[in-house]
Amino acid sequence: MTTSTSQWETVIGLEIHTQLATKSKIFSGASTAYGAEPNTQACAVDLGLPGVLPVLNKEAVRMAVIFGMAIEAQIAPYSVFARKNYFYPDLPKGYQISQFELPIVGNGHLDIEVDGATKRIGITRAHLEEDAGKSLHENFHGLTGIDLNRAGTPLLEIVSEPDMRSAKEAVAYMRKLHELVRYLGICDGNMQEGSFRCDANVSVRPKGQKEFGTRAEIKNINSFKFVEKAINHEVERQIELLESGGKVVQETRLYDSVKDETRSMRSKEEANDYRYFPDPDLLPVFIDEDFKTEIKAALPELPDAKKQRFKDSYGLDEESATILTSSRPLADYFEAVVKASASEAKLCANWITGELSAALNKAGLDITESPVSHERLAGLLARISDETISGKIAKQVFEELWQGSSTADDIIAAKGLKQITDTGAIEAIIDKIIADNPGQVEQYRSGKDKVFGFFVGQVMKEMQGKASPGEVNKMLKDKLK
Amino acid sequence: MHNKTIADLAKGLRSGEFSSVELTQAFLDRIKRHQYLNAYITVTDESALQAAKAADLRLASGDAELLTGIPIAQKDIFCTQGVKTTCGSKMLDNFIAPYNATVVDKLNHAGAVMLGKLNMDEFAMGSSNETSFYGPVRNPWNTDSVPGGSSGGSGAAVAARLAVCATGTDTGGSIRQPAALCGITGLKPTYGRVSRYGMIAYASSLDQGGPMTRSAEDAAIMLQAMAGFDEKDSTSVDCPVPDYRSGLNNSLEGLKIGLPKEFFGEGLNSDVAGVLEAAISEYRRLGAEIKEISMPNLKLAIPAYYVIAPAECSANLSRFDGVRFGYRCDSPVDLTDLYTRSRGEGFGKEVKRRILMGTYALSAGYYDAYYIKAQKVRRLISEDFKNALSEVDVIMGPVTPTTAFGIGEKIGNPIEMYLSDIYTIAINLAGVPAMSIPAGFTGGKPVGLQIIGNYFAEDRLLNIAHRYQQVTDWHLQIPNGFE
Repeated sequence: MTTSTSQWETVIGLEIHTQLATKSKIFSGASTAYGAEPNTQACAVDLGLPGVLPVLNKEAVRMAVIFGMAIEAQIAPYSVFARKNYFYPDLPKGYQISQFELPIVGNGHLDIEVDGATKRIGITRAHLEEDAGKSLHENFHGLTGIDLNRAGTPLLEIVSEPDMRSAKEAVAYMRKLHELVRYLGICDGNMQEGSFRCDANVSVRPKGQKEFGTRAEIKNINSFKFVEKAINHEVERQIELLESGGKVVQETRLYDSVKDETRSMRSKEEANDYRYFPDPDLLPVFIDEDFKTEIKAALPELPDAKKQRFKDSYGLDEESATILTSSRPLADYFEAVVKASASEAKLCANWITGELSAALNKAGLDITESPVSHERLAGLLARISDETISGKIAKQVFEELWQGSSTADDIIAAKGLKQITDTGAIEAIIDKIIADNPGQVEQYRSGKDKVFGFFVGQVMKEMQGKASPGEVNKMLKDKLK
Repeated sequence: MHNKTIADLAKGLRSGEFSSVELTQAFLDRIKRHQYLNAYITVTDESALQAAKAADLRLASGDAELLTGIPIAQKDIFCTQGVKTTCGSKMLDNFIAPYNATVVDKLNHAGAVMLGKLNMDEFAMGSSNETSFYGPVRNPWNTDSVPGGSSGGSGAAVAARLAVCATGTDTGGSIRQPAALCGITGLKPTYGRVSRYGMIAYASSLDQGGPMTRSAEDAAIMLQAMAGFDEKDSTSVDCPVPDYRSGLNNSLEGLKIGLPKEFFGEGLNSDVAGVLEAAISEYRRLGAEIKEISMPNLKLAIPAYYVIAPAECSANLSRFDGVRFGYRCDSPVDLTDLYTRSRGEGFGKEVKRRILMGTYALSAGYYDAYYIKAQKVRRLISEDFKNALSEVDVIMGPVTPTTAFGIGEKIGNPIEMYLSDIYTIAINLAGVPAMSIPAGFTGGKPVGLQIIGNYFAEDRLLNIAHRYQQVTDWHLQIPNGFE
């Protein structure tokens, strides 16, 4: 960035649309499954046919309340659905059912960590609404196709305070939120399918100034990478504009990930007057204490608490604990391995964040799709712990585990990989190596300690790695004295 | 047999005096003969005769309900699967509904035979049936007069014996006003008593479907089939439906009737007032006590209504955009053109007027002054009803300021037209049930008496109406030429 950046402070607020993981739509019984043939998952209600009426899906309300509880927000005892009026071909009713004045979730927060420091980001509100359909502009001979499968999919729009001061913080917040909604099981987090989308409100102001600068809203950014790039690009654009004597205008901008730039969509003057008013087809939503208590009791352990527990009770370092608690299935996998293998937690953590993660990444798989179940990995780690095999051999066994379906014990037995603990056999080999390499023995005894590694290597080679390195070291030292 | 009530027809069908097919054919013949009334938009002769055949089988099997085999008609605001459902608009002239409204399903299930779809003011916006794309309906009592609206087709069809009974919908008086002007019995139930699913929305917080019949007993039979909680309508109320016929003959001794002085002041035609006085006297003879009451906020009903109803309609009618169904303009050049011309050409004048009024009332900067204010007024009006109905059992008053006015007389003056609903609108704002029953004639045209009750007191209203009809014969009068 330019040097002048230092005189400016960036202010960012994010609006994140999370698609709630309900089976059916927010106001109809149609399925929310992704990827079906166009318009096969749109019922009369989704099509906005004359006479149809919305009926609220209670599951969407439950998920919104779960989210509210997780960010320690106020859950509105009384919230109202409103109609947001605008015309668009993929908006069947000519209005979107959303929440305006009385959202279901108000005033919570989320703590993020950036460069080792913790920062609290305020969450202004989260409200329920229905998604629109999709306009398809390709392959329609100049016409526009409309797919209403997505119309009526439940969304929870989470609006942050303008508390972030850099693209890095914005990304950290977005990642944290992404992790949280997946933890809570209320959103699948699939960004490619649009289950987690972000609008960023960005402004700059001279350092020390209290008032916010004029903001631009960047719409529909669907990856962490693009959020960072889009914000950085927008900050640069605004600073350049201000420094050359220009003015930032309040407008909506679109991020073009191919050109890596934002461009204007519409200005404030062109902005719609949405004419919100309470939807007379839907009753207000009342949430009582019993409902909240019930949800609180069923709330899973949240990422921050889990991370702390992993550090405290498993003795993991910050990095391992962070990685292992980044998703609930991964954390569950880790705990299952520890339990089943009766191995040291650190060993389990190293294997999961190391060997297993690398293999999964390479294959493009998620932990839930791992070919190596937690039982089979635990079987392997148990053999390292009881010194049946060395770490090096274990890597070979892991390969086999990944490829096939045998257990570690079967592989070790079939391939004869069991570590040799017979000291007589090891001694014989050591004696042979010493006898074959008199020159190196001479060097070692004259004080060249480095040569010791040569002997270890020779012995292990001879034994095809099946000897315990500790045992070999000890015996070699004795013999070379 | 076309002059018989539902209860009598049910007897005739069971005794074998006539079959449902014969009855249905008789009504279809009458519809054809009196086409000039323009009461029907669509006549479904074929499916009606099929339904009648099925009803005859059901009657023979002994598994019939009171409505089984009875020829009825649906206001064209109710979606009927496979049948054109126009809502009186060019916008839906080509719309074949792919599903049934809950009310339609329920009446079909009861075995009622649907003769067809009835004319109405476009999207239920009007008080004379003159805003219909399909032209005005004529009042059987005076064919140069309007039948009222918006359920004008329903009013005319029932009065002219072109259906035994009909469905109507009432947002500001659209059941009661045509019932009064056509000399029939109409009941607007408590908001939430009858499902709105499949009933094309005008103003969602006010719309309510109900029966339009020739007697209170018929209204009880029809409401019995129409009422009830519907999980597809979040605003329908989950409370049990009583047996509406069982209390019809209850005594009216000690009944407290309130007459709001605001209902009998300036603006009420003196002949109409005279008819109402006579009707009230009849109730006194039946043992009722009459009490004058005051409902000071009633005068605010029309302005509040003409903010709330248009506001809701401005959003409700946005779905008619030429994209998925209904009218689409010829060769649109772009999206804006598609919207503006489809809506501009598809909607009539009154509908456009209300969409504009509503859009204005909801606009930034005006919302608080209009919409929020109107909602506050609405609460005040509800309070008036609550207070009044804690003092008296029912409220009585006029339905309309005058008898049926001439076709073309008020259509050019919206304000005057809006004032014809001055006695009915407040009831919708409060959500309470109300009836209109024939109470006499002036100048050869019928006059209606309005009876307003507490929430879910439809059974009491029907009882009060029925007892009156036991001692009077206004509801039995037949317009000339329709005997």
